[in-house]
Amino acid sequence: MLRLEPDEMASRVAQDIPDGAYVNLGIGMPTSVANYVSDDREVIYHSENGILGVGPAPKPGEEDPDLINAGKQFVTLLPGGCYFDNAESFAMMRGGHLDIAVLGAFQVSAGGDIANWATNDDRFPPAVGGAMDLAVGARQLFVLMRHTTRDNQPKILERCSYPLTGTGVVKRIYTDLAVIDVTPEGLRVRELYADNTLSEVQALTGAPLLAPES
Amino acid sequence: MINKQWDSLKSAVADIRDGDVVMIGGFGSSGIPLQLIEALRQHGARELTIISNNAGVREEGIAALLRDRLVRKMVCSFPRSAGSVWFERLYEEGAIELELVPQGTLGERIRAAGAGLGGFYTPTGYGTQLAEGKETRVIDGKGYVLEFAMPADVALIRADKADLWGNLTYNTAGRNFNPLMAMAARTTIVEVASVVGVGELDPEHIVTPGIFVNRVVLQEDRQHAAA
Repeated sequence: MLRLEPDEMASRVAQDIPDGAYVNLGIGMPTSVANYVSDDREVIYHSENGILGVGPAPKPGEEDPDLINAGKQFVTLLPGGCYFDNAESFAMMRGGHLDIAVLGAFQVSAGGDIANWATNDDRFPPAVGGAMDLAVGARQLFVLMRHTTRDNQPKILERCSYPLTGTGVVKRIYTDLAVIDVTPEGLRVRELYADNTLSEVQALTGAPLLAPES
Repeated sequence: MINKQWDSLKSAVADIRDGDVVMIGGFGSSGIPLQLIEALRQHGARELTIISNNAGVREEGIAALLRDRLVRKMVCSFPRSAGSVWFERLYEEGAIELELVPQGTLGERIRAAGAGLGGFYTPTGYGTQLAEGKETRVIDGKGYVLEFAMPADVALIRADKADLWGNLTYNTAGRNFNPLMAMAARTTIVEVASVVGVGELDPEHIVTPGIFVNRVVLQEDRQHAAA
């Protein structure tokens, strides 16, 4: 079975980011989606700390100590970009002004619930950041994650066992095995990579999958 | 004549008391008033409640307040970052209380306090653990959680330039929580890289109007540079 590498997964999401979109990329693997969006598309990236028009990393020595992204990495501002405070930034999220958010996740349920901020391990302090605001506010929420955990347990489930970030909000899941849409009828496979079959992917999924629409 | 400039970081924080609720601006290392935080640490007020997006990393900023055990409670959205060793240690010891607030709710609670509102209904967190025990309401078919305004005794913030009336401009993404916190505290103290005369800031560029600012202090390295 073909499992995509992280850069290939990010590249697959990038294909679905249209020209003119306002997009928020979550920390970790989702951040790298920007590297694969084709140059003929003008996409405006939002960063929760108060930036629209986030550009690539600065050259060494040219960092602005205040100009960082949500993952606390140094970034640049593209021409036409702007800065604003936290309240305005989260108004953009909750107010439905962002076209797409791409988040990582621990688990996603068949009904589009997402769990990505806490496990059930009390030893570690929880951290939520802007994930819950993005989950409820973005017009389309894409999840980018591996299909299974390190020990091959499914991350797509009937119900999430970890604490929820948002309920019924995920629109599409991009994994290393397939692209899956969350629909009112259930999880519908949109795309299987290479020769991966529905039954192979189903075996690694904790909820029923519907066949791709022909 | 209005002149909000104070001559030292030390004097600007000297009346912060044990048990005060202190907002601290910044997002990670961006726009964080590190010199005011260090002055607060040296001042030594204890049993503080700190409201800030993060809980500090390594030995600097909020992490140093935690290390010196000056903080009773943290209110933040993302306390766990790479290098946030002091927060993690105190949390594991049970030596600190944590109120975890989604980031947009944190900012809006602060803004609401500054804007004279009692609270607001937000969709963020509806149906999750962070809404447990809170009043909810369905408005136009969508679920919302009631969140209350969150004022503070003191706000420590950072801006780029101030004038003597306390009007502020910021550097790039360094504004983040700073303009909101300026509105929400009884006493707002700002650390800046430069102070200019009244009328020298372009009114179109002022982000925080001086009405929200009580004390302006120049960063110490800037004081030396000027001397």
